[in-house]
Amino acid sequence: MKARITVTLKTGVLDPQGKAIEAALKSLGIAGIESVRQGKVFDLEVSAPDGAAAEATLRTACEKLLANTVVETYTIEIA
Amino acid sequence: MRAAVVVFPGSNREADVVRALRLSGASVTKVWHADSALPPSTDLAVLPGGFSYGDYLRCGAIAGRAAAMDAVRAHAARGGLVLGICNGFQILCESGLLPGVLMRNVDRRFICHRQTLRVERTDTRFTSAYTAGQVIDVCVAHGEGNYFADPETLARVEGEGRVAFRYCDASGKITVEANRNGSLNAIAGIFSEARNVLGMMPHPENFVEGLIGGTGGRGLFDSLAA
Repeated sequence: MKARITVTLKTGVLDPQGKAIEAALKSLGIAGIESVRQGKVFDLEVSAPDGAAAEATLRTACEKLLANTVVETYTIEIA
Repeated sequence: MRAAVVVFPGSNREADVVRALRLSGASVTKVWHADSALPPSTDLAVLPGGFSYGDYLRCGAIAGRAAAMDAVRAHAARGGLVLGICNGFQILCESGLLPGVLMRNVDRRFICHRQTLRVERTDTRFTSAYTAGQVIDVCVAHGEGNYFADPETLARVEGEGRVAFRYCDASGKITVEANRNGSLNAIAGIFSEARNVLGMMPHPENFVEGLIGGTGGRGLFDSLAA
């Protein structure tokens, strides 16, 4: 099955890249964007007997590698 | 002193650190990241600077899970010495050997310049050749050196006296200007709880001979080889 993992910085953790993008959007004259936080998206193909097993595998993948939980959080969506 | 320098795909400062270690009298072998053991009777494992795995995912993230890092973790658990410089510090944080993380520099710039550091303590295997509060002149070269930890972790690191070096001005004062990457508490390097693991962003191996422009880093290698 297909899955998508989104990794973002925790609230309160400084995101210099997000700030730079925010400034670039302002300089392009795109109005109305209050703030930008940058993250990462991983699209994965998982083979697992059911959604719960897939989620367990993906959770392990996030904890062990895909996210640094000191500063990042992750969400898992299974299609 | 028998040192093993672990080389990852994308490491690029291993030759300099090998040279610095030999100058101070250590015997040095290189270990490839895929090796699952360090040479027998290794005293010190060194993770050099560079861009392991092209900094993919996060700096040090993939190297932190390499086979050789299992050997380094076991070595550290036995009380063996581990030194991580620059990307090596990032790898130590990613591998769980040191707390916290190195984030993007606060001003988003890759910084590459001479940098003075204050030596915070000298009763360790890494810093005994320095004097307490000594200001040393070394170099920094990194884009992600902004030390961050959650408030509890930071309080623990500070409370246990685990800060090895802080960014300071030439007189030893901790100033905002001297802390260019924005590290919490101007932290440039930290020890593990047992003080047998040191991670630091600056490059002591750059300055070990007067001919090259400075000898501020020599004390670290002399301490280790003593």
